[in-house]
Amino acid sequence: MFSKFDVIETIEMVEKEHLDIRTVTMGISLLSCIRGSAEETAASVYDRVMTKAEKLVPTAEELSLEYGIPIVNKRVSVTPVSLITAAFPQKSALVGKALDKAAKELGIDFLGGYSALVQKGTADYEEVFLKSIPEVLSSTERLCSSVNVGSTRSGINMDAVRTMGQIFLDTAYLTRDNDSLGCAKLVVFCNAVEDNPFMAGAFHGTGEADTVINVGISGPGVVQHALKFVPDADLTDAAETIKRTAFKITRAGQLIAREASKRLNARFGIVDLSLAPTPARGDSVAHILEELGLEVVGCHGTTAALAMLNDAVKKGGVMASSRVGGLSGAFIPVSEDIGMIESAQAGKISLDKLEAMTCVCSVGLDMIAIPGDTPASTISAIIADEAAIGMINNKTTAVRVIPAYGKKVGEEVSFGGLLGRAPVMPVHTGSAEKFVSRGGLIPAPIHSFKN
Amino acid sequence: MRAVVTVTGTDRRGIIAKVSGFLYERNINIEDISQTILGEQFAMIMMVDTSEANVNFVELAASLEEMGKGIGMSVRIQHEDIFNAMHNI
Repeated sequence: MFSKFDVIETIEMVEKEHLDIRTVTMGISLLSCIRGSAEETAASVYDRVMTKAEKLVPTAEELSLEYGIPIVNKRVSVTPVSLITAAFPQKSALVGKALDKAAKELGIDFLGGYSALVQKGTADYEEVFLKSIPEVLSSTERLCSSVNVGSTRSGINMDAVRTMGQIFLDTAYLTRDNDSLGCAKLVVFCNAVEDNPFMAGAFHGTGEADTVINVGISGPGVVQHALKFVPDADLTDAAETIKRTAFKITRAGQLIAREASKRLNARFGIVDLSLAPTPARGDSVAHILEELGLEVVGCHGTTAALAMLNDAVKKGGVMASSRVGGLSGAFIPVSEDIGMIESAQAGKISLDKLEAMTCVCSVGLDMIAIPGDTPASTISAIIADEAAIGMINNKTTAVRVIPAYGKKVGEEVSFGGLLGRAPVMPVHTGSAEKFVSRGGLIPAPIHSFKN
Repeated sequence: MRAVVTVTGTDRRGIIAKVSGFLYERNINIEDISQTILGEQFAMIMMVDTSEANVNFVELAASLEEMGKGIGMSVRIQHEDIFNAMHNI
């Protein structure tokens, strides 16, 4: 049984501290949709998503009302499209557009899976597929794309890394009228996970069941609020406070995931324990770190504070859910976190510090605007650095940078909504052209040989 | 199903009468009531049973919220499981 204080605490979490379920994401396998032609395949893909996800939005809204907890995003992830269009890769865009149409018609916020997994090598059809990404992202609205270029087991596919540098630039150019928004829907991974409910990187892995429900929790504001009650606690006690709070947040996610999968006749996949910020004040991961005692996020000590936060969130969350997965940690996007935006605007956080932070958080360099004239090889080198961190440390890392077309350091990109805004940050100007153009595979690290 | 009705706002006369009358009209049984003061706010918490209610839960939640606005209070109803999940191991 719960007490009246528990009731009030939950209501305050929702009303004052931005507690919500960040996303209910339905993963749908498209493997049964492959037909003899791109046109038939696109039609089959459209029908399948329209059928499987028909009730996703109304069900999420019903759950939200019943349990009194907002569900912000209703999303779909699908089998990497490059696998579905392998026989006709030059027509992959048809499937991408069919998915986007289904998402719009169903009221789904984002649909992820215009993806390719090329961590060990790029097949010919994947090469063609990758080149379709800029055009597809510029001509669709809700479709997201991800590419896995490395893993601890396989090493880093530097040919794909080189290609992706240019893909980011092309996407930025084609969406230049909207501050290069297309790049906000594109992410490059190392050690991508198959059950991630968050965008832009969600896709439905081939090892997954036919239809699953994955839930992403939220709650940076709740954690920050809880820490306000222990202003003088040492870090052991502060970590305990975070753990207890993460437990409660995750339990809400677990409940919604269980109920949603039951009502949607899908398998309960996982709860992703990530703390996902929004640009709203009071919903910031950066402000949690500052609550722990940093003057401003990005100063020395930030990496240690983030490591502690990330670990405590996992410990609390794992206890609260029967199935944990996805990315599960703290997100540190720049444009989507008011504390990060302000620190970046004041020049208090650098790309180098962000890179260090990605060694201990759940993802990577996320929603960072860089100058529009950044060379493709520099973007590839940024991707390679991140992938190396992921590969060596057995963790997921990612790069979602926005080379803002026509913009320089000091200017800003603004996407509105949950994607927020970001000042253009400087990158190192030394060239990695020779290194990147070597191509090949960075071999898997010695500790990957575990059999 | 069992649900929790919470009423928060500035204390005034007739709140319990108004809310309980509203629930009675919809055939909802009140099993427990407690009150507390939260800062300067009045907070009333009711455990209710909606299994014999004559409206569905979604309509009930919307009409309760609307009724609350009429008396200057914030009124919501939530399935009890959200509290059980978050506050019990």
